[in-house]
Amino acid sequence: MTPDLTAPKLETPDAFYADLLAAHEGLTKAESDACNARLILLMANHIADNEVLRELLDAAKRR
Amino acid sequence: MTKLFEVPLYPYRHSPDQDAPAPVRHPVVIIGAGPVGLAMAIDLAQADVPVLVLDDNDKVSVGSRAICFAKRSLEIFDRLGCGDQMVEKGVVWNLGKVYFGDRQVYNFDLLPEAGHKRPAFINLQQYYCELYLVERIRALQAEGKPVEIRGGNRVENLHQYDDHTLVTIETAEGAYNLEADWLIACDGANSPARRMLDLDFVGRVFEDNFLIADVVMKADFPTERWFWFDPPFNKDQSALLHKQPDGVWRIDLQLGWDIDKEKEKKPENVIPRLKQMLGEEVEFDLEWVSIYTFQCRRMEQFRHGRVVFAGDSAHQVSPFGARGANSGFQDADNLGWKLKLVLDGKAPETLLDSYTFEREHGADENILQSSRSTDFITPKSEMSRIFRDAVLDLSEHYEFARPLVNSGRLSVPCVYDGSPLNGPDAETLPNRTRPGSPAVDAPMGDDWLLQRLGGSFTLLGIGANVPEEIEMGGIVVKGVSIPGDAVSMELKERYLGTSGKAFYLIRPDQHIAARWLDYAEEELVAALKTAMGW
Ligand SMILES: Cc1cc2nc3c(=O)[nH]c(=O)nc-3n(C[C@H](O)[C@H](O)[C@H](O)COP(=O)(O)OP(=O)(O)OC[C@H]3O[C@@H](n4cnc5c(N)ncnc54)[C@H](O)[C@@H]3O)c2cc1C
Repeated sequence: MTPDLTAPKLETPDAFYADLLAAHEGLTKAESDACNARLILLMANHIADNEVLRELLDAAKRR
Repeated sequence: MTKLFEVPLYPYRHSPDQDAPAPVRHPVVIIGAGPVGLAMAIDLAQADVPVLVLDDNDKVSVGSRAICFAKRSLEIFDRLGCGDQMVEKGVVWNLGKVYFGDRQVYNFDLLPEAGHKRPAFINLQQYYCELYLVERIRALQAEGKPVEIRGGNRVENLHQYDDHTLVTIETAEGAYNLEADWLIACDGANSPARRMLDLDFVGRVFEDNFLIADVVMKADFPTERWFWFDPPFNKDQSALLHKQPDGVWRIDLQLGWDIDKEKEKKPENVIPRLKQMLGEEVEFDLEWVSIYTFQCRRMEQFRHGRVVFAGDSAHQVSPFGARGANSGFQDADNLGWKLKLVLDGKAPETLLDSYTFEREHGADENILQSSRSTDFITPKSEMSRIFRDAVLDLSEHYEFARPLVNSGRLSVPCVYDGSPLNGPDAETLPNRTRPGSPAVDAPMGDDWLLQRLGGSFTLLGIGANVPEEIEMGGIVVKGVSIPGDAVSMELKERYLGTSGKAFYLIRPDQHIAARWLDYAEEELVAALKTAMGW
């Protein structure tokens, strides 16, 4: 089944966005890059479905 | 103490062939008494194929070189009659530690799958492996088997004809010629045979250098495998510490592309690094130091008429995952029975095309695996380094990240999916024993399945009876019946799944050719024909 990637699913989008920015606050570019990479890996493991992950990667590349 | 690799094992002796008025013809000539050439010779000699091995040297390999022999190689050694020697001498380890930068990120206990005669792998110096192979050849000679090793015989020139190759050999007493119906080039990564025949060696070419040191520890040191990513004593590279028999530890320091080999090898440069790795207080002797340069690539075709390439001469991979020698044994395993059938006139010469298909596939798989390990160990871009470091950072506290850590995936035999030799499949049976797979071992009372299979075509009846021998087109298929009440849990899980019985046709190299829930004689005949390349 193809995942639905377009529908909004976050209950409180503003709060998530603020958390995301807060996580990077005060970090150098290198530290931020590392933090993002860890985040992607944690999320990938949480999603745990190669097919969905491939769809996500494609969507990210398309913009 | 004289080291094993300093003793001539097959010193040069004058051969009557050197005095013959015309070149003497041999059915099979193997160039190279490395691990692959020796294994090849044993396999053929056991099948009564006269075989001559030529080597320019007269000793086993200098230094430890390949040190990790995987289960499939041990199973092949069992079939070749020298598995016990290897396993008795070899070291089995279970605890591994992974370091990143200056800290240990995690350790792991290998828990190999139970229900196999042989361990997942052993550590053993290549010179011991070669020694036991040579000893096995001596034992076969004592039984009167037609096998000979000629040391001090350097192949200088090859001249290919339609039905044979003219081989020019240089010795201390001058040159002589031989003719070989079939020539197997097991002459290593720099293969002079490949060069003499002007053949390519292509593929994804990347190069790396390793400083390899064998050290003898003066005091106890743990039997563990330590792997370092980006350690302070080898910035941006990797390092590996491994236990071998006789209190010898093997250290691999990755050096990268652009290095001064002679400088790196100097003890005054090696020893301080080793001290940083092992701890200042650890006392050791340096037994052997070498720089190992490898390129990841393979020949486009492993067979050129009546010249066949096997082992490093055909393909070379990075040492991560120990795929060098291990994949070479699978080449030999694959080629032996096919050549025997062709020589006996029982199979068409085209059967050997399946060697190319299957082993080129194997080489591609090994190159892919070894490229992935290299990409992890030596990231090629800024972003791949960021991800690599993120995996290692997470691995300290998050178990999920540990399977992503790639310091080399242990060599496992490849499945010949899509091989022209594969026959029918019963798809409800377990996937891991589908046609093309190597037969998986399983306990059978006091015995083991692979032990019962041996090295001939076998029809295996699990939970069902099959005839003890079936003769078909000049081939004797051995029958092995395992009654339902003798089917172990592992055998059921690996071969039956939810089915009550199954029939497997197994090739002499113990790969599965076909399988059925029930079979009719015609289907067996057809599958056997397919597996023999008709
Ligand atoms: C320094 C070093 C370190 C290594 N470390 C590792 C490791 O850590 N892990 C790993 O998996 N692999 C390692 N390897 C690779 C491993 O040793 C090979 O994969 C393995 O030896 C391949 O076996 P082979 O029989 O195909 O070739 P080889 O072992 O190279 O044997 C080739 C044989 O052919 C003979 N020969 C060559 N030319 C001629 C000629 N013209 N006439 C007659 N005989 C000839 C040679 O004398 C030799 O005996 C290492 C190799 C080297 C050199």
